[in-house]
Amino acid sequence: MFADKLQRRGEAQWVIEPFGKMRVPVIVFADEGLIRDMDEQVYQQAANVAALPGIVQASYAMPDAHWGYGFPIGGVGAFDPDKGGIISAGGVGFDISCGVRALRTGLTLDQIKGNEKELADVLARCIPAGVGSEGKFKISGLEMDDMLQGGAVWAVEQGYGNRSDLARIEENGRMPGAEPRYVSDHAKQRQEKEVGTLGSGNHYLEVQRVSAIYNNDLAKAFGVGLNDITVMIHCGSRGLGHQIATDYLAKMIKAAQEEGIELADRDLACAPIKSDVGRQYYGAMCAGINCALANREVLTHLTRQAFAERFPRANLTLIYDVSHNTCKVEEHTIDGRKKKLYVHRKGATRAFGPGHPSLPRDLQATGQPVLIGGTMGTASFILAGTEQGMSLSFGSCCHGAGRAMSRSQATKRWKGKDIIMYLAQKGIIIKGASPRGIAEEAPGAYKDVTAVVDATDAAGLAKKVARLEPLICVKG
Amino acid sequence: MPDAHWELYSHPSDIGIRGLGPTREAAFAQAAMALTAVITELQKVEPSQTVDIECREEDDELLFINWLSALLYEMDTRGMLFSRFEIEPIEGGIRARAWGEPVDVARHEPAVEVKAATYADLKVERTSDGTWVAQCIVDV
Repeated sequence: MFADKLQRRGEAQWVIEPFGKMRVPVIVFADEGLIRDMDEQVYQQAANVAALPGIVQASYAMPDAHWGYGFPIGGVGAFDPDKGGIISAGGVGFDISCGVRALRTGLTLDQIKGNEKELADVLARCIPAGVGSEGKFKISGLEMDDMLQGGAVWAVEQGYGNRSDLARIEENGRMPGAEPRYVSDHAKQRQEKEVGTLGSGNHYLEVQRVSAIYNNDLAKAFGVGLNDITVMIHCGSRGLGHQIATDYLAKMIKAAQEEGIELADRDLACAPIKSDVGRQYYGAMCAGINCALANREVLTHLTRQAFAERFPRANLTLIYDVSHNTCKVEEHTIDGRKKKLYVHRKGATRAFGPGHPSLPRDLQATGQPVLIGGTMGTASFILAGTEQGMSLSFGSCCHGAGRAMSRSQATKRWKGKDIIMYLAQKGIIIKGASPRGIAEEAPGAYKDVTAVVDATDAAGLAKKVARLEPLICVKG
Repeated sequence: MPDAHWELYSHPSDIGIRGLGPTREAAFAQAAMALTAVITELQKVEPSQTVDIECREEDDELLFINWLSALLYEMDTRGMLFSRFEIEPIEGGIRARAWGEPVDVARHEPAVEVKAATYADLKVERTSDGTWVAQCIVDV
């Protein structure tokens, strides 16, 4: 019903003009192949978002879009607080501020050749991952609140991570606006033992090699060269974020009903930005963002310790840290006028272009580094934000490969053991997860990440800079 | 009427859990077993320790989400898995006892953590043959 309403607007851009209850169009960024395989539910969900109060410009779906809860994964929607705009717990998702960071190591492929197995063992020992794993320390009470206010800045102050990391994290490592008092005790209790843990599912820590450079100038500016060894960490706000989402979805279902906001599905649960529940959720969600930033910073510290054991001369420096499940207040130009909007990115990466005031001085000319995590067997990418992307999608792009197959389909098709063997033949060491967990995350269960990144580049949302291929993957 | 049982069902990115039974409470208990089955094989979890849980919510479907969320909270904070459940109705909700044990990674080989119960495909209803069904998609 939606797919036949799609009109092509460019090489990698498609539009569904508003109909029914939609207030704005749906814009999908994808090439023909990705559109052919796109789940009809993505259009339905993006159209549901287009019908929410106060939405501005369009409801966007990124090239890796797939079926989500309420919003599609790979969905972007911006809302105007002065026009009855809403904020939605479903528009951020259960893993608040789930994201990716990439580090240079100062090592090259020939320096680690022959030592991969030892490095994999050390990393698996040092990085808490998987169900039931606990962090290296416990926090609670006022210390928990400090963490929720301080994010990565808090972690660095506690001795985890380097001060020089902070400029390379969105919001300089600390999301303003966090209000720990609006985070439930249950949420805080879930985090007591989980600071500095990787989690499970699609989360991972990878050691990678730079296998291709697409843009020499940008690669040089980001400090990566061919065959350099990098580390990528993918994880989020752990139990705390999951509980904030659970708590506020329940509150927002009731709030939406009271405000007379019609929800096409309950996972779209939202409240007006200018309402008590809306303001409380924003404060709690910002605390969730800080929790994720602190978590990735502590994991970085543990990774540095692990590398130091095996490679004393390694020097791990942060290329950038992106979050891809957030709602942030940002200034964007609408009809020639600057407006403060609440931009929801669910499974979508912020990709600010050159000259954006929030970028550090040394990234002003290049635009923001954008990190796209792939699957165990394929590749990840570094891109750079573009000026064009600012007007196309509020400076947003894809976030990963996006699932193409359900977990149960994947376990029927593959065995964990076979995947480990197949990847070993390709020179990739997998550590940690259970055989079923690995089968569920089989590379074949995902869309082709290269096609997703090419479509992102072709649409002008971000520019390809480098390709990273995994050597070691620690899974939860 | 078929016996009480649970099922996992396929979903594009995550996984669905479904409990069926002669009463609402039996369906909730079966769905809780399905929740554990997402993570590990149910029969690997020894019912050696108990945890008591109470949930209140007028709407059956919201109560079901509340029940699963309460279980996820107990699993996360106690580092436990549960395999046996007894639930009784109380005014405006349910009172439950869950039996389980601490996670043992080597023995349980947990595949994934469940992040949350979602409202997607959420249904709590009594079918025409009298069987209660309780189901939803969980985010992993």
